[in-house]
Amino acid sequence: MITNLTHASVYVIDQESARDFYVNKLGFEEKMNIPIGEGAFWLTVSPKDQPNLEITLMPIHKGGMFKPEIAAQLDNLVKSGTFGFGVFESKDIYATYQELKDKGVEFTKEPTEEFYGIEAMFKDDSGNWFSLVQVKPE
Amino acid sequence: MKEEVHPKMYIYRRIVEAKLFIDQNYHQKIELRNISEKACFSKFHFLRLFKKAYGKSPHQYLTEVRIKKAKELLQSDRSVSDVCYAVGFDSIPSFTLLFKKCTGFSPKAYAEQQQHKQQQKKQTPFQFIPNCFAENFGWKE
Repeated sequence: MITNLTHASVYVIDQESARDFYVNKLGFEEKMNIPIGEGAFWLTVSPKDQPNLEITLMPIHKGGMFKPEIAAQLDNLVKSGTFGFGVFESKDIYATYQELKDKGVEFTKEPTEEFYGIEAMFKDDSGNWFSLVQVKPE
Repeated sequence: MKEEVHPKMYIYRRIVEAKLFIDQNYHQKIELRNISEKACFSKFHFLRLFKKAYGKSPHQYLTEVRIKKAKELLQSDRSVSDVCYAVGFDSIPSFTLLFKKCTGFSPKAYAEQQQHKQQQKKQTPFQFIPNCFAENFGWKE
């Protein structure tokens, strides 16, 4: 029986910039930051109230991880906003939206009433997009 | 003029400003009265709005930020008293008590534990990385 998810990966263009985005803008906690060679790091962050889920900010590493042509393809796909990685939840979406906007986060959808709650969408500094939802109370 | 995403967005703006003020000035003496005045709310109204937006009182939030910063600083080789004052506490016993209440460890024990962990990460980094990643991506070679 699978009980829970502990790690999920997001491919990022620049790990240092991604660290700044996820920690200083989204307010996530840095869990791991370990050098793995060739200027890359095992870098994970967790949302504040979900310390057991580590989001791995994976470098599109042209060395050991990918063949150069695959790394170039992945780099293009990420930058062009191909990947939507998940849905984050907020207890008060308008406050979160305002705070992230103040910190320079780019929103592609402003908070909008949907049948499941209020939803906004934003992009990380690499081009990956996420949904931000305040779930409608049952 | 562009329509606001919420009719009371101006209120959110002021509450967020107050929260960001705490984020940036946690190391200084911060009084609830000063922040609420700055945000142009009465003390009671501000408390209610802040709690609605962030699920905790401004004071609880300030404590949380201070403890979080203290945890970061204790990972370096700064002394407990140095960290205590650097994050805005003015008494070492109250800092120690609060830190223990929040983390389960005294600041000294936490610092030792973290410094040991840092050492281990340096010496045996792959102990901290799921093997599937390390092997699949050839990091161990």
